[in-house]
Amino acid sequence: MTAESGTARRPMLAALPRFSQQINRVLTWVVVGLFVVWVVGNFINAPKQFVSVFLLGVTLGSIYALVALGYTLVYGIIELINFAHGDVFMWGSMIAVTVSAHWLGLDGSQGWYVTAPLIFVTLLACIAFCGTLNVAIERLAYRPLRNAPKLAPLITAIGMSFILQNAGALVYGFIEQPVPDIFPTKPLFRIGGIAYTQKSLLIVLITIPVLLALVYLVRSTRQGKAMRAVAQDMDASRMMGIDVDRTIAFTFALGGALAGAAGLLFVMYQTSTRYDLGFQLGLFAFTAAVLGGIGNLTGAAFGALLIGLIQAFNEGLSWHTPGSSWTQSVIFSILILVLVFRPQGLLGEAVSDRA
Amino acid sequence: MSDNGAALLEVEDVHTFYGTIEAVKGISITVHEGEVVTLIGANGAGKSTTLRSIQGINRPKTGRIVFKGQDIVGRRPHEIVKMGISQSPEGRRLFSRMSVRENLEMGAFQRSDKAGIQQDIDRVYELFPRLQERRMQKAGTLSGGEQQMCAIGRALMARPKLLMLDEPSLGLAPILVERIFEIVREINHQGTAILLVEQNALIALAVAKRGYVLETGRVVLHDTAQALRQNEQVRKAYLGEV
Ligand SMILES: Nc1ncnc2c1ncn2[C@@H]1O[C@H](COP(=O)(O)OP(=O)(O)OP(=O)(O)O)[C@@H](O)[C@H]1O
Ligand SMILES: [Mg+2]
Repeated sequence: MTAESGTARRPMLAALPRFSQQINRVLTWVVVGLFVVWVVGNFINAPKQFVSVFLLGVTLGSIYALVALGYTLVYGIIELINFAHGDVFMWGSMIAVTVSAHWLGLDGSQGWYVTAPLIFVTLLACIAFCGTLNVAIERLAYRPLRNAPKLAPLITAIGMSFILQNAGALVYGFIEQPVPDIFPTKPLFRIGGIAYTQKSLLIVLITIPVLLALVYLVRSTRQGKAMRAVAQDMDASRMMGIDVDRTIAFTFALGGALAGAAGLLFVMYQTSTRYDLGFQLGLFAFTAAVLGGIGNLTGAAFGALLIGLIQAFNEGLSWHTPGSSWTQSVIFSILILVLVFRPQGLLGEAVSDRA
Repeated sequence: MSDNGAALLEVEDVHTFYGTIEAVKGISITVHEGEVVTLIGANGAGKSTTLRSIQGINRPKTGRIVFKGQDIVGRRPHEIVKMGISQSPEGRRLFSRMSVRENLEMGAFQRSDKAGIQQDIDRVYELFPRLQERRMQKAGTLSGGEQQMCAIGRALMARPKLLMLDEPSLGLAPILVERIFEIVREINHQGTAILLVEQNALIALAVAKRGYVLETGRVVLHDTAQALRQNEQVRKAYLGEV
């Protein structure tokens, strides 16, 4: 009746079929090789254009990273792919529009000393709203199913995603929600005819400290240690005096907060959002989390950067590039290839150290 | 042993289910302050389930569990740890991807006295010098014996009034079993009451003051350890005599 020390839980994604090691390795290198050739070819073909597209990709990747972390945090602790997460992010973007443009009346005409604090207020509102929303989802939809077979909460998550999306449509309608350009849009420099704006830099500058803070939180704080312990063995964590329910709720709050922040950054960057934003963007971020090795924080950030770059490359480069109508197909192909050939992701080991 | 006679833990007619399976069918146990009490019994008798019920991991359907004068049925496990009950669970259940030291720190999760925690880590290293050598090593890479030491040490880090040990001798070489039980005695001499689950009845009855024999979820016998050692039935069933 002895269980192997605390490793009784099998990661769901690792259960997918695996190809023989050699085929696997050869194919991985072929794919990576072709990708590198394509990137280098484009660089040689149009270096300036490449650099500007690259910078765009970094900005996109930053936003994806914040969302991808929410998937990875939740998967890391309860092995649930929270399909509703993209829609929580969508709600974050909606709240950002409502608070910044409708309530606070920001329209880009104010000076930075007015705009900056009000954007900060909007950020807090988005974080609070999405954090609370995510905790409520966990409490109502996932916690009652904690001991059920894994398929049950997964299906619930998909249902939750539809509910959030429909609620979004109900409140905000089926049309685009525009916001004025509130972030400073002055170009910092131009390269290849495209301006690199202040707001692009701002997004990267906001994301990096958030990522570092998160890694610190999970690695070194009491709460983070509780998260890692619960991820490894729930019952043993209980025996150590960890409040497991609270730790899981905290993880959802954290993931929601990140999605809220991402929602604001996204809407500031794209100047519009829509009720179904969470579907595509959520799947991109999920792909990023899987690509990096789901459950692995650094992996999620790294995967998000790659996905952001791939999307920007695909939409902005010209040498042998499918073009923007293919972005979804390209990203989903990546998701499928990773799941089949390297389910542990790029940075994960077979059973990755989650955190 | 500083047994002053006051009941520390009283389990009264506890019934615990897994779904519809009744694993514990009305067990009553008493542990006094500073006492070592053992639960012995065959596989599936309900020993681990009893410990899990006391810890609050599995909630008993009926019955009372009184610890330090308070009924703790329905309290959450982390509250029960805080009140002074911790355990080294069956199968050890270390956090395999954390270091030995981190595992010990997790054992003290409910405490906030930094100096005291450091003191207790040193005390665990004193009891198990091997753990000090391995303190930076991931717990998953320890040998079975080292893991058992780490699990006991981790449970001690909560500074429990009642320490529950679920089969600490399982899978260990005889010499190590003796060493572990020496340490169990030492922990007890320092004032901690111990509820010991064992398959190895011989050694359990040598260490314990009293014992309960469980069969299919019920207590079929309870007496002083000395009397149990001499009991015909126990000798046949658990001490390997024919
Ligand atoms: N998670 C579970 N789900 C269903 N039944 C369980 C579960 N855990 C234990 N049981 C059943 O409860 C009964 C008591 O189990 P328990 O683990 O308490 O026995 P034990 O005395 O500790 O046995 P062992 O000496 O083998 O560790 C057994 O019949 C077992 O099959
Ligand atoms: Mg057992």
